Amino acid sequence: MVTIRLRNMTKNQKGTIKSIDVAGELGRRIREMGIVPGTEISVCGRAPLYDPVAVKVMEVILTLRNNEADHIFVTVD
Amino acid sequence: MQLKMALAGNPNAGKTTLFNQLTGARQHVGNYPGITVDHKEGSLHHQGQKIIITDLPGTYSMTAYSAEELVARDYLVNTRPQVVINIVDASNLERNLYLTCQLLELGAPLVIALNMIDVAQARGMEIKADVLERHLRVPVVPIIARSGFGKEDLLKAALRVASEKEEWLPLDISYGEDLDIGIKELIARIDAASFMADTYVARYTAIKYLENDEQIVEKGREIDSRTAQALEEIVAGITAHTKTTLDVFPEAVIADHRYGYIKSLLRQGVITRKFDSDRLYTSDKIDKVLTNRLVGPAIMLLILFVLYKFTFGWSEAPVAWLEQGIGWLSGFVEKTLPDGLLKSMLISGIIEGVGGVLGFVPLIMFMFFGIAILEDSGYLARVAFMMDRIFRIFGLHGSSVMPFIVSGGIAGGCAVPGVMATRTLRSPKERMATLLTVPLMNCGAKLPVLALLIGAFFSENKARYMFLFTMLAWIVALLAAKLLRSTVLRGAPTPFVMELPPYRFPTMRGLLIHTWERTYQYIKKAGTVILGISVLLWAMMTYPGLPEEKSAEFAIQREAIATATAPEIVAESLAGSEELSEQAKIYNERIAEINNEEAEVALRNSIAGRIGIGLESLSQLAGFDWRTNIALVGGFAAKEVIVSTLGTAYSMGEVDTEEPMSLGQRLQKDAHWNKVVAVAALVFIMFYSPCFVTVVCIAKEASWKWAFFSMGFNTVFAFLMAVAVFQIGTMLNFG
Repeated sequence: MVTIRLRNMTKNQKGTIKSIDVAGELGRRIREMGIVPGTEISVCGRAPLYDPVAVKVMEVILTLRNNEADHIFVTVD
Repeated sequence: MQLKMALAGNPNAGKTTLFNQLTGARQHVGNYPGITVDHKEGSLHHQGQKIIITDLPGTYSMTAYSAEELVARDYLVNTRPQVVINIVDASNLERNLYLTCQLLELGAPLVIALNMIDVAQARGMEIKADVLERHLRVPVVPIIARSGFGKEDLLKAALRVASEKEEWLPLDISYGEDLDIGIKELIARIDAASFMADTYVARYTAIKYLENDEQIVEKGREIDSRTAQALEEIVAGITAHTKTTLDVFPEAVIADHRYGYIKSLLRQGVITRKFDSDRLYTSDKIDKVLTNRLVGPAIMLLILFVLYKFTFGWSEAPVAWLEQGIGWLSGFVEKTLPDGLLKSMLISGIIEGVGGVLGFVPLIMFMFFGIAILEDSGYLARVAFMMDRIFRIFGLHGSSVMPFIVSGGIAGGCAVPGVMATRTLRSPKERMATLLTVPLMNCGAKLPVLALLIGAFFSENKARYMFLFTMLAWIVALLAAKLLRSTVLRGAPTPFVMELPPYRFPTMRGLLIHTWERTYQYIKKAGTVILGISVLLWAMMTYPGLPEEKSAEFAIQREAIATATAPEIVAESLAGSEELSEQAKIYNERIAEINNEEAEVALRNSIAGRIGIGLESLSQLAGFDWRTNIALVGGFAAKEVIVSTLGTAYSMGEVDTEEPMSLGQRLQKDAHWNKVVAVAALVFIMFYSPCFVTVVCIAKEASWKWAFFSMGFNTVFAFLMAVAVFQIGTMLNFG
């Protein structure tokens, strides 16, 4: 069990969200879409230029830019 | 008595579909986040009760950053509907209930429409509506918005809630010891000053202060600066505390507790899973291919190109039929009516003007149909996902794709809805940059001009040239956006966090309604605005007529030719039989030449002609003659008018009225026109001032300052481009 940044997760890797270290608009946007500590997250894929990243959270596919994914820490096996 | 009902819910939860089911309203059903921006109203009668339903914009929460979230919240607190139907996606309950929580905290009288229970079932989830109802203490009605299942029960529940509740009863969620104490302190201050008491309950205001909701904090300062300051100080104290003890801001604590509340709710037997949720859904499988890093972009380009082939290939025949029909009508009027102002107005003003626009209806219909498929299936959101990295380079956002495409990114569309669609963008700067550059795209009104000029000068490769000009529009618009974002609109990018809705098979009914609505708007524009403008422009091109001595001069010339010709030849010509002798033909041609000259002198003398000539010294730099100038000035009113005005200007000076030529053919033969002029004209038309309606829209969405900026900036920019094309093209002898 290690905690890494969402950006560093590989495709199809799964984990549990540990923390989100950003406040303000981005923080609120991330949380209201269901990215909150304790939730499972998996990486579905990345856009052609490796950015943004598509993740699955609560049955829904969400997209985030890599520099936004940097604020999300995930515990993986 | 009328009952006010509001529909609220997450984007893609099926809100608009339900709205259509309830009201039968003909309006757009989109798969893309935020398709309903303005709140739309519809009405229905149920059990003798008239209900007015307002479709609020789809939002994920009630914090106000985007124009849409503000619209939704302001509507709820200001209008206070008797009942709010909160539509939630049953297959994604946890996330959807986040908004529900906030609606409950606001105290709105709620009925939950548990939509897409069929999808949830197919995914192995069983949802117990009654259990959820018991825990949330509001009615929960399972529905399937697409089929209309559960509609009656939903309305019944809504009417019951509307008749029961008088007061708004907010739900209290515990936010943990630290915050709860802080909230109590805030409430005490708020109650003491009746701070914002007419809009929000004290607890809600307190939570919004802790969430640092900019709109409410700002409003608070305006209303009662002393209380506002006291509240802000308390919040600062709580923030300092949570920062030191938990290393988070209060807003994060609040969000966590809301989700905690939802999770504990759902754990109490609301959802039972029959089988593993990890399996790949069909939608995910499609995404494996369509958003694949290598294959995805190729497929995207292919899809766009197929859309072109489809639109232009399939619409060719109906466009030709319509043009023939219009030509026939024009010929019929020509033969039946006596010469005079009425005939001239009917043919040059109305038939040529409106007909020129209506002739493109099939093309626009095919294009709208194609766009509707992409939009309703959910593919457009994938385009935004794949394009974000590129858009970001130009200081825009992946979501800018939507306004760009609506405005004509895939030629067709209209800048007016495009400008409006920019409301989904959260950052004011990215939004403004998008808003100012979308009018550079090839909207449906520019299509006829493109089709006309490309058809006339590049007929051998129509589809390819259309594609090229669309690409050019993209490149220019993006560079203009970059220019704006690095000068007048400098600033950091905003979050991209976005949902990719599951692919849905578009319904034929939805596609047809969608296509027809947009096509109808185009036809309506032709019937009203363009009809009026065509007649106005015709009048400008007709009045003032030639002074008497001038027309007398031409009459004398005709007289001279007639006397110089044998009387039987003149008589033969007047009789107008099919078979003419060689001499009669020559006579006719000479008369026509003089008529033509007279028409041209008359046009030059008219108001429009004078404007056109006045601009000629400048416009010559780009190769435009005075007739083109008339059309370009008219094009500010609406771009469709360019084709019709060119039609009028060139039919007035037409040589042979017996054998009507199409406008394209006339331009091809005209000495002023060649390939270089055509490209210069296309470039100018694509990029100069947005049409009047768009300008008004920009003023409404931004300000008049920006609207004038866009008119001036675009026109100067387009003119420089056109001059460059014309000068370089002529120098290299491409004409």
